Order: sequence, then C-alpha cells, then structure tokens
Amino acid sequence: MTLLQTLPIVFVLTGLVFYVVLGGADFGAGLWQLIGARGDDEGKRIRDHAHHAMGPVWEANHVWLIFVITVLWTAYSQVFASTASTLSIPFFVAAIGIILRGGAYALRSGTRGLREQRRVGTVLSLSSILTPFALGLMVGGIAAGRVPVGNAAGDLVTSWLNPLAITVGLIAVTFSAYLAAVFLAADAVRHDDAEMEQAFRTRALISGVVAGLVAAAGLIPLHADAPHLFHELVAGQALPAAIVSVIAGGAALLLVFRRRYEPARYTAALAVAAVIAGWALGQSPYLLPGLSIEHAAAPRNTLIAVVVAVVAGGIILFPSLVVLFRLTLGGSLAAGESAADAPVERHPVPGAGSLVGRSAVALLVIGLGFLTLANPGWAHAIGACALLAFAALATRALISDAMLS
Amino acid sequence: MVELATGVHRYLLEARQMQALSFSVHIPLVCFGIAFPVMVMTAEWLHLRTGDPLYRTLARRWTKVMLALFAAGVVTGTVLSFEMGLLWPEFTSVYGSVFGLGFAIEGFSFFLEAIFIGIYAYGWDRLSPRMHFLSGIPIVFSGFLGSLMVIAVNGWMNHPTGFRLVDGKAVDVHPFDALFVNSNFWHELVHMYIAGYMVTGFLVAACYAVARLRGRNGRYERIALAIPLTIACVASIIQAPVGDWSGRVVAENQPVKLAAFEGLGHTENGAPVHIMGIYSDGEVKYGIPLPHMLSLLAFHDPNHTVQGLDTVPANDRPPVNVVRFSFQTMVGIGSLLFVLAAFFLFVRLRRKRMPESPWFYRAVILAGPLSVVALIAGWVTTEVGRQPWVVYHDMRTAQAVTGATGVPVGYVTLALVYVALACAVAWVLLRLARAPLEEGT
Ligand code: HDD
Ligand code: HEM
Ligand code: HEM
Repeated sequence: MTLLQTLPIVFVLTGLVFYVVLGGADFGAGLWQLIGARGDDEGKRIRDHAHHAMGPVWEANHVWLIFVITVLWTAYSQVFASTASTLSIPFFVAAIGIILRGGAYALRSGTRGLREQRRVGTVLSLSSILTPFALGLMVGGIAAGRVPVGNAAGDLVTSWLNPLAITVGLIAVTFSAYLAAVFLAADAVRHDDAEMEQAFRTRALISGVVAGLVAAAGLIPLHADAPHLFHELVAGQALPAAIVSVIAGGAALLLVFRRRYEPARYTAALAVAAVIAGWALGQSPYLLPGLSIEHAAAPRNTLIAVVVAVVAGGIILFPSLVVLFRLTLGGSLAAGESAADAPVERHPVPGAGSLVGRSAVALLVIGLGFLTLANPGWAHAIGACALLAFAALATRALISDAMLS
Repeated sequence: MVELATGVHRYLLEARQMQALSFSVHIPLVCFGIAFPVMVMTAEWLHLRTGDPLYRTLARRWTKVMLALFAAGVVTGTVLSFEMGLLWPEFTSVYGSVFGLGFAIEGFSFFLEAIFIGIYAYGWDRLSPRMHFLSGIPIVFSGFLGSLMVIAVNGWMNHPTGFRLVDGKAVDVHPFDALFVNSNFWHELVHMYIAGYMVTGFLVAACYAVARLRGRNGRYERIALAIPLTIACVASIIQAPVGDWSGRVVAENQPVKLAAFEGLGHTENGAPVHIMGIYSDGEVKYGIPLPHMLSLLAFHDPNHTVQGLDTVPANDRPPVNVVRFSFQTMVGIGSLLFVLAAFFLFVRLRRKRMPESPWFYRAVILAGPLSVVALIAGWVTTEVGRQPWVVYHDMRTAQAVTGATGVPVGYVTLALVYVALACAVAWVLLRLARAPLEEGT
C-alpha cells in the first residue's frame, strides 16, 4: 500500500466530512422546517430563516457528494460498483430524495403566500430526512461488512436493513439536525434576531443530546455486527479517533450552551471528522471485505492524474468557496454601490463596423474551408475554432442599438 | 472481461430505458447551463454599456429562471452519476480507472459553477457592477468545461483508447490520452456545445414569440426576443457544417454506425442516401434515393466504398431503424432551422430590422421544441448507434448491466418523480413569467 494508493481515499473521506458537515446542515435545515414549526407566524419565520440561509449555498454543499462519488469510482472503481449495486435500494432512495429537494428549492423561488410555501416546505423537509437516512444506511452497510466485492454480490435487502445500518442512518439524520440548528443559531446572531437564536439554540441542544445518545447506543449493534471494527474503536488503532470524537462532541454541546456558535460549528465538524477517521482506521487496510486499498486502487497513471486534478481543483475552489460564504453570511464585497442601483455610464451599442463584419465573413470562409474541405485533425481544429469565433463576432455585430430599439 | 452468470441480464432493457429517460431529462436542462449564462450576461453587458435599466430588469428576471433550471440540472445530473453504479456497475468497475478522471474534473467544474451561480444570483445587491459582471464569467467557463469532460467520456466510449484489457482488468492506463487525445471527442464537443445554444436560444425566443403574437410587443419583449433569437440563429448556421464533420468522423471510426445511419445493408461503391423510408432485409424501402450521396458526404468522393451492415455478425449491429429514424429527424430539423436562421439573418442584414410576418414568429415557436427533439434524436443516434457495445468493441451493454433486481421499480418511480419535477419546474417558470415587470428589478 503506497502513499499514492492511499491519498485518493483520504480525499474521498475528507470530501465525506465536508458533505456531512455542510450538506448535513443543509438537510437538517429542511428538517427543522417540518418539525416544531406549527404556529403560523413562528413557523413561517423559521422556514424563511432556514431558506434564506441555505438558498445560495445548497448547490455548492451538494457537490461534495459528487466529488466523493467521482473520485471513488476513478480511484477505486470496484468499491463504487460493488457498493452501488448491492446497496442499490438506499442509493436509489437517496437519489429520489435529492431530486425532491432540488425540486423544492427550484419551486421555492416561485411560491407566494404561506400556504404554498408550507406545502413546498413539507416536500423539502421529507426529502431532507430521507436522503441522509438512506446515505447513512449505506455507510452502515459497508461498516457492517455486508457489501462483498462484485456486481450486486451481496444481499439486496439485509445489506442495509440491519441494526447497525439503521443506527448509522439515525445518526446521520440527528446529526444533520444538530449541525443545522447550530448553523442557523449562528446565522440568527449575525442578523441580530434574538428570537430565532433562542429557537435554534434550544433545538441544537436537544438534537445534540439525542445525536450523542444514538451514537452511544450504536455501540451495541456495532459490537454485534462488526466486532472487528468495534474492537479497533475501543482498543485498537482507531481508539484515538474515538476519544477525539467524544471530547469534541461534548465540547461542541457545551459551546452551544454558552452561545458560542461559531466555535461550536468547528468543534462539531471535528467530531464528525473523528468519527469518519475512526471508521476508516478501524477498517484499514480493507475497503470492502477482502478488498484492500492496494488491490482496489487504480493503476499508477490514473492515481497521479486524480491527485493532480484534486490538488489543482482545490487551489481554485477553496478561495471561491470563501467568497461565496462571505457574501452570503451577510457581508458585501464592495461597500457602497452595488450592481442593482449604481449609476452607469451611457454608451451607444454600435452595430457591425465594417472591420467586424469583414472579419466575421473571413472567419466563416476559413472555418468552412478547413472543416469541410481539409482532412487532417489539425485542420478540423482550426476550422471549428474559426466557426466558433465567427459565431461570437456575428452575434456581437447583430446585437446593436439598431436591432434592439 | 467477466462473463456474467445467466439471469444477470434480466433487466437490460429496463436499465437502458431508465438510462435513456434520465438523459432525456438532463440534457435539455444542461443546455441552459451551457448557454443561458451567456444570454444573461449579454443583457447585463448591455446595461453596463447603455445604462438602460430595462436590460438590468431583463438580466435579473432571467437570473431567476437560470437558478430554477440549474437546480433541476443539478439533481438530474446527480441521478445520472448514481446510475453509473446503479445500472452499470460492471462498466464502472472495469473502466472507472480509464474514464473516471473526466468525471472527477467535471465534478470540480460543477463546483465552480455552483459557487459562482450562487455569487451571481445573490450578488446583485451586494457586488459592484463590474465585479458582478465578472462573477458571471466562471459560470460560462464551467458550463463549457463540464460538457467538455462528460463528452470526453462519451467520445472515449465510442472510440476507446488509452488502456489494455488483461483478465478483465484495465492495465497500462493513460487517462489523459484516453479522454483528450481521442479522435472521436472534438466533433462531439463542438456539436453539442452549439446545440446547447440552439436549444436555449430557440426555447427562450419561443416564449417571447408567443407573447408577441398575443400582442405583447413592448420594448422589453422585443429585446428579450432579439437576444436569444440572434444567438440561436447564428448557432444554427454553423451547426450544419459541424454536423457534417461529425458524420465524417463516424465514417472513419465507426463504419457500422454509419451504415446504420443510412440503412446500408451491403458494402457498396458510390453508396446512396435515402430520405425517409424504412430499413428491412438489408435495404431501405419506400425511401427517396439520392445516388452516390453517402459516399460523397461521408468521404467527399462520389465513388468511395462504404462498409455495409453485413460486414459484422447480426448480433453486433445496432437497431437500424431506431438509429436511422433518429438521424434523419435530427438532420431534417437541423436543415429546417438552418433555413429559418438564414431567413432571419437575411432580413436583419438587408432590411436592418426584425422580420414582421406572424408566420416567422409561429415558426420560432415551433423551433423551440423542435430543437429539443433534434438534441435528443442526436443523442439517440450516437448512443443507440453504438449498441450493442457500451465500450465500443470492448464491452457489451449486456455485460455492463447490474445484477440487482429492482430496476423496473426504479424505472417507474423515477419516471413518476421526473413528471412531478417537470410540473414543478413548469409551474415555477410560468409564475416567474407572470410576475409584473417592476417586481424583481
Ligand atoms: C440542436 C440539435 C442538433 C441539430 C440541429 C443537429 N444535431 Fe447532430 N447531434 C446533436 C444535435 C444536433 C447532438 C445531440 O448534440 C449529438 C449527439 C452526440 C453529439 O456529439 O451530438 C449529435 C450527433 C450527430 C452525429 C453523430 C456523432 C457521433 O455519433 O459521434 C452526426 C453524424 C450528426 N449529429 C450530424 C448532424 C447533421 C449532418 C446535422 C445537420 C444539420 C445535425 N447533426 C444537426
Ligand atoms: C458520458 C457520457 C454519456 C452520455 C453523454 C450518454 C448519452 C446518452 C443518451 C442521451 C442516451 C439516450 C438516448 C435516448 O433518449 O434513447 C443514452 C442512452 C443510453 N446510454 Fe448513454 N451516455 C453516456 C454514458 C453512458 C454510460 C456510462 C452507459 C452505460 C454504461 C450508457 C449506456 C446507454 C444505454 C444502454 C442507453 C440506452 C440505449 C437504448 O435506448 O437502446 N451511456 N446515452
Ligand atoms: C450530454 C451530456 C451531458 C452534458 C453536456 C452535461 C453537462 C452538465 C452541466 C453543464 C451541468 C451543470 C448543471 C446545469 O447547468 O444545469 C451538469 C450537471 C450535472 N451533470 Fe451533466 N452533463 C451530461 C451528462 C451527464 C452524465 C452522463 C453525468 C453522469 C454521469 C452527468 C452528471 C452531472 C451531475 C452530477 C451534475 C450536477 C452537478 C452539480 O451538483 O452541480 N451529466 N451537467
């Protein structure tokens, strides 16, 4: 097992941590729109608060899942194929949940009035429970060692319908609720909304305690279903991770209690990371029963390409993510004027000057010539580029004052 | 390659249909991811340049539409990525290391797109005008990059290179060569990218053409019609030569697919093209023959030899009539749209105005749905024409399919959920369209 073979699984698990923390908060926000929001006025405020906090970021949060899946199938394709086929039922349920959730977000932008919003909110919330539960079932099924290598080689039902998997599903749901409540309480503080802060602080404390209890109770099915993992966690190489997760989880609750929401979020994220690391260490070096990282890993060239792609992508993405979060967390990037109300200089939009017109025609002729009359690949490349450049110039020339008046 | 136990292929047909359904929903949506940002930014650019608030109103209203369609594109795309494992685990398992990189990079481009769509949509009131305009550029770029990556995978499936198979495992893998140094990739990318502009442009234009025929013909509606229509018409003009290029690459790389396009049963010198008709027993019946045209179009030589379907065993041939009918549908619609576009550009350039005849606008209304039909027909041509192979000449679709038994249930469920999604999206779009103009500026 080389470093190169291990790095992608580290990426996958890191992506999973981000998905649980960010995507989880997102699911949890949906859940809070359903539970405990009955009074018309308070209910509406809770829904609005959750929606405004999540609307801009849910897509970005969701892409972590795509990241996990694509890196997994590139670097350890057998693991992905075996898991998706044996656990096809929860995987499919998660897909349906994701469609409903995205659909509800799309719908929300058109709804007016309370009744409509409540109805959309209900769809959103149900799917917000369904998806983390189903994904949790999958993690539990893998941890229980019930996903053998091969095309639908495991039992299609008992692989996920077992105590351990169900416990992990419940943990996923309660944890999402907890993370969301902390996030929304922090958001309320930013908006100076004491009432919402209070509402979500209470929810955070309750769901945090429940999540902790479910996780503790999970040790029983873990012992029964995955004794090896259990022993690694309580006495083996995964023990440090288990300890960190317990401490961080407790500390996060304490921080919520003391209204220190931002640090509470990071501490809760640490707890999630520790749980996932514990699982990984407890199971290492096996990804699935009998399939070690070494045997599952793709050939060297592919691994190098994946690592390079992930690192390069990360360099571009993380700064962009920071901009997005800063923007949505209420700030503004340019104080004062904004695109919506700034005065703008007035210039006419002239049509095709003769130069633009002639260049467009020339590009069209070049494009047609190289693309249709010539045969070598480089000629086709020139031809296609010339045609696309023609399209850009021609469009620019046609969109002018003369046409738009 | 793994020989599968009997009984495993049971749900091949359903799996194929489920795949086709998922694509048919996703691909029209992603056209809006490819081309709509450019249209929104065109309106925003006009506002920056002229200071006319009408353009800003337009851009902001379109942004809401873009956001709703993006959400739908995201979730339907997610379903597709799940299906790589839900429906085709053998394919992913054996070849993931060869093509997976494309999707991994695609994942990053979606990230970029999701981030900047968030910044763009929610930044109208929070960014300076210039910064806001600039924040749109990564969206356009990632729309291009995303389609580039997916199509690189599809190009590779149609023309697999960059690996060797030993004992059912891919070895000697060169993912960059497989995906990007692939003679089947570039024409697909350019053709699909242009199709994105046609579909988005004609669909948006069709909405405002409806408004125009109903007598709503203010300056706002005229501008909202002119921008997408211009873009779609310019794209339609260049789509035809690009499609011809696609045909020639197929002739070179996938001669059996080409034979299916034209229903060419036997190898011929100076092969003809038939317009319409149906293929049976090795020839096209009831069609209008155009002698030597196939050799001329595919090889630029009226007497060139064209390989017939009979050069491969019957079970290596795709379903000819499906492929042929789809191909003819696409080319027929492409030609009609070309004529429509040429007329529009002629009136624009010679008369320096928009066409006035209501018939033109009725044609534009038709052009919207027709361009979607051409889009799907084109993909059916490519994908069904590739059958029975999932990886051309390397793995059969029947070998790739899942052994799980729930496929039919999944298929029906997905179909129902997609109907609901379609209704939801249609409802939102209608709502957004009916909002009074002052709102949302
Ligand atoms: C708006 C949509 C649209 C229009 C008007 C056309 N096409 Fe197309 N065509 C597509 C949309 C499309 C597509 C959906 O985007 C495909 C599927 C795969 C691909 O690369 O593009 C495609 C594939 C495709 C292929 C198969 C490529 C392959 O299998 O690798 C050929 C040969 C053509 N087209 C040829 C044409 C010709 C000669 C057209 C004449 C005008 C034309 N297309 C119009
Ligand atoms: C990235 C790449 C891919 C693209 C863009 C693509 C595109 C498409 C499209 C648009 C269709 C549907 C046509 C219709 O409406 O009938 C289709 C059908 C299909 N695709 Fe693909 N595909 C891709 C990858 C795959 C993969 C990974 C598989 C399976 C392993 C696959 C197997 C199929 C099958 C079996 C069908 C159904 C064919 C039929 O109806 O007979 N495709 N594909
Ligand atoms: C013709 C083929 C395809 C094209 C051109 C295409 C392009 C795109 C684009 C531009 C988006 C951005 C979303 C939007 O703007 O609406 C998107 C979304 C997505 N596509 Fe596709 N795609 C194609 C096929 C596929 C296939 C075969 C898969 C999976 C295997 C896939 C997976 C996805 C995923 C997961 C998303 C959502 C990403 C997110 O969460 O933001 N797509 N696709």
